[in-house]
Amino acid sequence: MTAPFELSDDSVVVVIGTGAGGGVLANELAQKGVSVVALEAGGRYLPEDYINDEWDSFGQLAWTDPRTTSGDWRVSKDFSGLPAWIVKAVGGTTTHWAGASLRFQDHEWKARTTYGDTAGANLLDWPIDPREMDDYYTRAENKLGVTRTGGRAGLPGNNNFKVFEKGARALGYEEVHTGRMAINSADYDGRPACQQTGFCFQGCKWGAKWSTAYTDIPNGEATGNLEVRERCHVMRIEHNQQGKVTGVVYVDAEGNQQEQKARVVCVAGNSIESPRLLLNSASSMFPDGLANSSGQVGRNYMRHVTGSVYAVFDQPVRMWRGTTMAGIIQDEAINDPSRGFVGGYELETLALGLPFMAAFLDPGAWGREFTTALDHYENMAGMWIVGEDMPQETNRITLNSDVTDQHGLPVANVHFSDHPNDIAMRDHAYRQGIAVYEAVGATRVFPTPPYPSTHNLGTNRMSSDPRDGVVNAHGQSHDIANLFVSDGSQFTTGAAENPTLTIVALAIRQAEFIAAELGRQNI
Amino acid sequence: MSLRKQGMTRRQLLSQSALIGAGFAIGSGFVAGQAQANWALEVEHLKPETMATLIQMARDIYPHDQVGDQFYATAVKGHDSAEAAPGIEDGVAALNAAAKNLGYGRYLDIGWERDRVDLLRSLEDSAFFQQIRGGLVTGLYNQKAVWPIFGYEGESFSEGGYIDRGFDDINWL
Repeated sequence: MTAPFELSDDSVVVVIGTGAGGGVLANELAQKGVSVVALEAGGRYLPEDYINDEWDSFGQLAWTDPRTTSGDWRVSKDFSGLPAWIVKAVGGTTTHWAGASLRFQDHEWKARTTYGDTAGANLLDWPIDPREMDDYYTRAENKLGVTRTGGRAGLPGNNNFKVFEKGARALGYEEVHTGRMAINSADYDGRPACQQTGFCFQGCKWGAKWSTAYTDIPNGEATGNLEVRERCHVMRIEHNQQGKVTGVVYVDAEGNQQEQKARVVCVAGNSIESPRLLLNSASSMFPDGLANSSGQVGRNYMRHVTGSVYAVFDQPVRMWRGTTMAGIIQDEAINDPSRGFVGGYELETLALGLPFMAAFLDPGAWGREFTTALDHYENMAGMWIVGEDMPQETNRITLNSDVTDQHGLPVANVHFSDHPNDIAMRDHAYRQGIAVYEAVGATRVFPTPPYPSTHNLGTNRMSSDPRDGVVNAHGQSHDIANLFVSDGSQFTTGAAENPTLTIVALAIRQAEFIAAELGRQNI
Repeated sequence: MSLRKQGMTRRQLLSQSALIGAGFAIGSGFVAGQAQANWALEVEHLKPETMATLIQMARDIYPHDQVGDQFYATAVKGHDSAEAAPGIEDGVAALNAAAKNLGYGRYLDIGWERDRVDLLRSLEDSAFFQQIRGGLVTGLYNQKAVWPIFGYEGESFSEGGYIDRGFDDINWL
């Protein structure tokens, strides 16, 4: 019972993107009786459509529209046209994510205060009190069915986790478990328990992992208040002479340009596409792009301090069996500057199949040093580093007018260089990850460089002062009252945790705010 | 000049000129595996010797001694197209010229992998080398038939996942 809204209907809220931010926001608004048109650039794929084959799935789901890169990060050299490994589909990157669902630590909401002056870092406190988030986090955990919260059991540990856990215990780590995961450990919310199939990154064919594609989206559509238009790519946001947004121009599935009128526009296209859209919407009134009086649109791009450690053992591990991200060490997530850096990091197990291991273990490498690693693929274990990176004004999304996409729009250039704090943290994490595996008898270890970004954050950040950021504590743009940002681009800082749970909690919170403001006729 | 420098491997001494590196050029338009290897690859646009050179080059870039030549042949056969062939012929000609400069007849005459790899290292920034190497990342490792050689099991959904099939069966910790 999809609700058809007229293009001329200027009472609707338009949500751009249907991932963790947009998909949740659209449903939460629809549940409150708000009329919503969600525009999604990708197509609609459900569990029966997902392909458990790494490259075929990549071809089905990944956002591969042209982008360019610059900066000293290795991704710019090895994957120059693929800065991010994110999804173009209904459900966005919630189809691809591993499911790790961690709350921020209290001090991470106050990064500027906690870490102090850090040269080269554009640190700022979030304009949100951590206590205010507690209830939204609980609601997000219940929505996603997060394990080890709300009385839900943890998932069982697979082989990759058992190796990781034993090494972690040998090093004295204490916060070691199979994670707080949005993957069902028992039937929940009409979805089955995890069958330890692997291929979490390729879309869960059981629907055991939460994705908006088969939860929030159909739930919102069932209210009659949400219409999702797939394969509709928004080109620009329109505004009137009063400086209020009035609608969006998009290319529909047939390639025709349409204009949907709107009372409110919410941008949730991920931290690359969202600033790109605001910048591409520049006008004579807003020559630097919408909501950009601070000049911060596109800046402070964060991608987490990442990297992987793989290790070979003298006996089989078969890490690909079961949950892709099957466990976590949290002891290093604290802020302990005596380690030589501020902020902290998580270590989380990770497995790649043989095809992706060949592509990502050491991109560009060849010869026997490389191939003897793959020869022992069956005996490999793996983990991923995810830590807080420093926001830097110069790490940013800009428009590259030399390259245009299939719609003739300038593409996003993603510029990133590590901050010295990022490098110190990564080096520490490599050492600790290597020590974990050597404690269980690893015969060879591989400190593997970061993959194309999966956690893209910060490019329309929240701030209390309009001069410091793009949106306020509710994701409402400082400049334009009826324009909101609803995805990870509103993150003031990145924290050490995988971002999805926080994106969802903020979307639940934002839906309350928007519905209330609509009721008060404030927007 | 040493035997190795002359590129006369034992295999070539035994089978003389019919042998070309990783594969025989058998008649016009075919490259086939050596000895008991029962595979053959038909080439349409490349010279058979060029294809044989590509197969050897592929093995030298990503050497896996337990992986048969037929998989390397499959990995590079995409270069045998009307569009790609002229560039590939040029690239292989340049490779052979470089081998000649080092005193070998051609790339396939270099007997030791170490020496072939040294030559490839000197060319690794070339567009030709990167074209061949880049194509192999998917061409070789995304062949489903190769996966079992590495122990990789591929998809498991059709068998109900690993919940009852060993997701936690590690027994040596």
